[in-house]
Amino acid sequence: MKARVFVMLKDGVLDPQGAAVQHALGGLGFEGVEGVRQGKVIELDLAKGTTEETVREMCEKLLANTVIESYRIEMA
Amino acid sequence: MKAAVIVFPGSNCDRDLATAFAAAGCDVSMVWHKDTDLPAGVDIVGIPGGFSFGDYLRCGAIAANSPICRAVKAHADRGGYVFGPCNGFQILTETGLLPGALLRNAGLKYICRTVPLVVATSDSVYTRGYDAGDTIRIPIAHHDGNYTADAATLDRLEAEDRIAFRYGANPNGSARDIAGILSENRRVLGLMPHPERAADAAQGNTDGAPFFRHLTEALTAA
Repeated sequence: MKARVFVMLKDGVLDPQGAAVQHALGGLGFEGVEGVRQGKVIELDLAKGTTEETVREMCEKLLANTVIESYRIEMA
Repeated sequence: MKAAVIVFPGSNCDRDLATAFAAAGCDVSMVWHKDTDLPAGVDIVGIPGGFSFGDYLRCGAIAANSPICRAVKAHADRGGYVFGPCNGFQILTETGLLPGALLRNAGLKYICRTVPLVVATSDSVYTRGYDAGDTIRIPIAHHDGNYTADAATLDRLEAEDRIAFRYGANPNGSARDIAGILSENRRVLGLMPHPERAADAAQGNTDGAPFFRHLTEALTAA
């Protein structure tokens, strides 16, 4: 089984990389990009029976820094 | 007075830090990240600058979960001293020994130059050799030095006089110009600039030497 973890900077935390991407899109002529936030996706191959609760624990302990980041888990 | 410098894969200021401690009169040992214990009788632990574990995941995140960091946390919980410059500061926030986090520099560029640093408090073993308001010149070399914390945490750090150093001219977007902060018991210091790179005449700058000299004197007398 697989889990996908989406890690994003929390709202209100300045994302200079997202701002640079937004600027670059504007430079390429794409209009109407009102904001860009850049995050990361972590894919986990998990032994059968691993619970979402365990993945949540992984997020809290390592995969996300909850001081600045929020995370979302998708179990598949 | 005994100092231990932790070595992670990717550390690159470990020997600079050990040399600065030794020049100030410390008995220094190097400790590998897989070790589970610090040498007996260590007074201060140095967590060096560099790119531990290639900055994978987040700067300092993997190192903060290494076996030796459990021993460093226990040392700090017992009231031991810990100094983390640069990547060391990032590791200290990731372990939770210091509040907040270090984000990518606001200008997105890696910055490597000597900057003016203002001593914000002389009330710590690290800053006792300076007067609050003194400006010294110390090198920075980082991509992720933009200190952030929520407003309540920043207010608390200021109210408790726990900001050790501020930038004279903010290079990286750091909240309230913060360059380094102290723990609640004032014994753990995280600092983005590198005093160990300005502690010997051969480095062309000795503004960081008093940092190590006064620190060593204080801990030797204690």
